[in-house]
Amino acid sequence: MAVTTPASAADSAAPATGQQPGATPPASARRRAGGGARHWRWPAVVPFFAFMAVCFGLPACTLAYNAFTVVDPATGADHYSLENVRHSLSGAYATGLAGSVKLSLLSAVLATVLGTVIGQALLSSRNGALRKAAVSASGVFANFSGAPLAFAFIATLGTTGTVTRLLHLKSTGFSLYTFTGLVLAYLYFMVPLMVVTVLPALDGVRTQWREAAASCGATKAQFWRHVGLPVLMPSLLGGAVLMFGTAFASHATAAVMTGSSVPLITIQIANALSGNVLVGQENLALAMSLNMVVIALLVMAVQIPLQRRSNRWLG
Amino acid sequence: MAGLTATPRVRRVRKRPYGSFLVLLLAALYFLVPVAASLWFTVDDPGKGVTFGAYARGLRDEGMATSLGLSIRLGLATVALGLLLMVPTMVVVALRLPRLRRVVEVLCMVPLIMPPVALVAGVSTVLSWEQDLADTPLWATFQALHNKSFPLVLVLVYTVMSLPFLYRSLDGGLRGTDLKTLVEASRSLGASRLGTLCRVVVPNLRPAIVSGAVLSLAMVLGEYTVASVLGFEPFSVWMVHVGDYEAQLSVAAAMLSLLITWGLLLLLTNLAGGRTRNRNRNRNRTGDRRKTTV
Repeated sequence: MAVTTPASAADSAAPATGQQPGATPPASARRRAGGGARHWRWPAVVPFFAFMAVCFGLPACTLAYNAFTVVDPATGADHYSLENVRHSLSGAYATGLAGSVKLSLLSAVLATVLGTVIGQALLSSRNGALRKAAVSASGVFANFSGAPLAFAFIATLGTTGTVTRLLHLKSTGFSLYTFTGLVLAYLYFMVPLMVVTVLPALDGVRTQWREAAASCGATKAQFWRHVGLPVLMPSLLGGAVLMFGTAFASHATAAVMTGSSVPLITIQIANALSGNVLVGQENLALAMSLNMVVIALLVMAVQIPLQRRSNRWLG
Repeated sequence: MAGLTATPRVRRVRKRPYGSFLVLLLAALYFLVPVAASLWFTVDDPGKGVTFGAYARGLRDEGMATSLGLSIRLGLATVALGLLLMVPTMVVVALRLPRLRRVVEVLCMVPLIMPPVALVAGVSTVLSWEQDLADTPLWATFQALHNKSFPLVLVLVYTVMSLPFLYRSLDGGLRGTDLKTLVEASRSLGASRLGTLCRVVVPNLRPAIVSGAVLSLAMVLGEYTVASVLGFEPFSVWMVHVGDYEAQLSVAAAMLSLLITWGLLLLLTNLAGGRTRNRNRNRNRTGDRRKTTV
């Protein structure tokens, strides 16, 4: 707060420069604020762009370039080819890609629905303390993914897991190391992420709308069917896209929990990179990565138009 | 008549929300059971009853101390590099170069489209150029990049991966502060540029900086994919390796990492809240909305 005091003092002292961006400031002020700034504005920005070019641009361009390159094992010469991409979209790799998309779609839909229901339940319980606690817990669980999450689930529902032994789940044929098990584990960090994401939008559904609907004779279900959900739909779809992206990109949870028993593209890429396959497979891994990026781009592109509609109502 | 027909509806709205309680109860069960079960798993030794052997072994284990230390050092280096890059850039863009605003935003969000495993695929290809560069000065750079005791390449990749967090929180912080006025005031009172940055800009952005830093730190501490593909052993990779022969120990480590995440986020709410509560609330709202629409 101490820092804002000079600000308010400056407001009254120099209102002309502070409040009229279009007006020409006095020459002395301009020399100080504008003229001097020309020296320091570019040096401050250059490191960021240089960093992005080297640490992101270089790997990304290499990825795109090498995905379309085949190295001749005999001569070591490389040439342009679609062989890698073709290979990465056939056989086991196609199964892996389809498995990843299926897993991400299912867990994204479930996380969106469950996250919204839980978020709404938090709001309608009208309990500030409960809400606060739930939001901070969601923050923790949303960050609890990867290897630790996999171990928590193995300890709970794995072959010798506590709950497995307690409820004799083995006799029911349940296994954590399957597609269902993965969905169950993914939801553990995706649902809290969705709760955190969707709460502000749910807050935006005004009580007045509900009262207006009720006084026109609408039931609760009719309110949600005709008012609530249409208004929320862009935010929900945006959340679903975020969920899909998160699930699609995650690798550690599945890798630690199931190894390669459930075919997933991320695990196949990591295996190909770790070098326990034939030489020349690196470019195949790059082609598979390119497929992932393309799918992620397509899914993200869906929600750019949605963003605008959502901002109109809940902005 | 109208009043009579409206009455039951009003009562329905005011009804105690049993449905909500049921939903919340089920959710609490789903989230708490794995934690409780894992904790039980770490202390329960079939045949011997409750022991704390796994924790004692963890404390004695050299690999654990080394890998946790590496993770923490990587996390701190990532946060430092990320903030050094992003704070000046975003402040200058907000003040002087509004044209670049969209460019910086898009660049910072692009890592979200690139899954970590795809990014590391590109990075490992770049690293494999090392053999071709053996005679050039760049070779030493490559050596430093994957030095086992402190792999700089991980810091660089993690910084790229943490840009979305940093951008979101700093952007929210900048929106909630009238930075232009503050900087003009400070400069017109004779402060140097560096002094303005350190004593005016950074304190005003403190909640945003803390929240970006904590989120990046939590991400680095739990990261597995990049480190394991490139062959380094920070905490989460060690956890997986040790799980091959000692399940209890790795579950104990997993619980420790949950505890660390929890502690970090608690620290965040305490450091970033409080003093600037009102502004903070606005910031969180914009931050969250951005998250939905990324």
